[in-house]
Amino acid sequence: MSVDAPVRRTVPSASRAGGGNAAKARPRRAAGRRLGPGRPVPYGWVLGPALLFALWAAGAAAGLIDPRALPAPWTVAATAGDLIAEGRLQDHLLTSARRAVLGLLSGVAGGLLFALVSGLSRVGEALVDGPVQIKRAIPSLALIPLLILWFGIGETMKVVTIALGVFVPVYIHTHNGLRAIDNRYVELAETVRLGRAAFVRQVVLPGALPGFLLGMRFAVTSAWLALAVVEQVNATSGIGYMMELARTYGQTDVILVGLVVYGLLGLVSDGLVRLVERRALSWRRTLAG
Amino acid sequence: MASHPGRLSPAAVRIDGLVRSFAGRRVLDGLELTVRDGEFVALLGRSGSGKSTLLRALARLDHDVDGEGGLTAPEDVSVVFQDARLLPWKRLLDNVVLGLRAPDAEERGRAALAEVGLAGRERAWPVELSGGEQQRVSLARSLVREPRLLLADEPFGALDALTRIRMHALLRTLCARHRPAVLLVTHDVDEAIALADRVVVLDRGRIAADLPVRLPAPRRAGGPGHARLRDRLLAHLGVDLDEPGIEADADADADADTGVGADDTGAGPGRESGRESGHGSGAASTPAHDRAAEEIPA
Repeated sequence: MSVDAPVRRTVPSASRAGGGNAAKARPRRAAGRRLGPGRPVPYGWVLGPALLFALWAAGAAAGLIDPRALPAPWTVAATAGDLIAEGRLQDHLLTSARRAVLGLLSGVAGGLLFALVSGLSRVGEALVDGPVQIKRAIPSLALIPLLILWFGIGETMKVVTIALGVFVPVYIHTHNGLRAIDNRYVELAETVRLGRAAFVRQVVLPGALPGFLLGMRFAVTSAWLALAVVEQVNATSGIGYMMELARTYGQTDVILVGLVVYGLLGLVSDGLVRLVERRALSWRRTLAG
Repeated sequence: MASHPGRLSPAAVRIDGLVRSFAGRRVLDGLELTVRDGEFVALLGRSGSGKSTLLRALARLDHDVDGEGGLTAPEDVSVVFQDARLLPWKRLLDNVVLGLRAPDAEERGRAALAEVGLAGRERAWPVELSGGEQQRVSLARSLVREPRLLLADEPFGALDALTRIRMHALLRTLCARHRPAVLLVTHDVDEAIALADRVVVLDRGRIAADLPVRLPAPRRAGGPGHARLRDRLLAHLGVDLDEPGIEADADADADADTGVGADDTGAGPGRESGRESGHGSGAASTPAHDRAAEEIPA
């Protein structure tokens, strides 16, 4: 498709120049050759994953792949069916989702609050920004030993770990968005005599929204990452625990089910944020279509 | 600008020995200027002459600038910036009524949009508009507040020539209706002559010339008096017009003093250059001549 599209385009101009046969003989040498990648392939994004999946299925069917290393797709599907029928998958999923949502919410709230404090006042910035940058230099997951000593190995530790991972990207990108608000808009707000509160509501927050939503996309990813880690360290429930348990029994198919679930969660949550983004930022998408 | 403001109308702006410095350099150096209510003053000057500094002082946007001097300006000031400066995340109507505290704000906003020819576009986003349309919204945003003083900082500088002509007509109509005092900063001599009651030339932080424009209402480049005034303003701006005869001198000589009469109307303590042809105070003597060439509605 992408290969013969430029060919068709060149034919008319070449035949006008004289000799349709010549155009067919060496169509790609014609003038005006496109250097860009060309038009998109329809459903192109399915192509790579589908090919990979086909290789997996074919390898498994032909017996080329050791089922202990990588069980066949249908085995994984059957295992998923069994886990759902037993109710185990739903239970684990619910536990994991609760942790992720709690951590995400508190992390986003904290990141947003700190970003506002540090973005709206110089004193706030002096107090808040430094510690956050120091915190940023320490990988959130490296804090787990300390958090276990502080909060034990229960739910609190898990939620706090996730929240800390979420906090940083939300803070960084929102703060960036706030600082990037055009000074011209600040002047405008002064000339129309907006009050402090109205200024924040009508200029600052909408102006920082693109930054915040970008931070949210990173935040969602870090939430799932932190979740996967805390559930495999010290947990008695959750998707990560299910996978960790499966490892001890050598149930590769269950591990794969867990991976698929994590993947779906990541895709869905990212899609949700993008949906919100499209809605909330419609003012700048109108021309993009 | 339909009528010249009476000599006795009160001063909307009174500036007395205004000084503004940046890094020790005096950008405004003891500036004197008075603008009366309803008067349309164009402020000409080369870049760096202090035009924008003066405007920002009047708009109270010069927070951390060193300075001294007397400055009286009304509370209700509106500013039209060179860029339309619409908030991209607000629809047109919300942009127009931004910060407007009035129970009938929305109604007034609609009326203001209709005045600038954008009725029915209340729910559009700024990105959907052309540059000229955006600047019209910005005019609506300024005038919906019924300001006593309208400050405009090269508001049409970024527009193409045709749009600019239409915007001139619109601005004249709107100012005739709302009658704010206007201080229009521009570097376009023709724009200044086309719009203003009075043209003030700023040079090195002081008023170098202060000339009333006494041309009949539809002012057209090339009309009598126009060329005269234009040449004089350009001379004050340091543009040397040694090349003869571009501006139909014969025509202009015949009406030598019809368009230009320097007097002290509203000016500060008249600067010497502001009264250089003090004898001519003739009112517009050939309105028919000018009107024949009309193409811009007043």
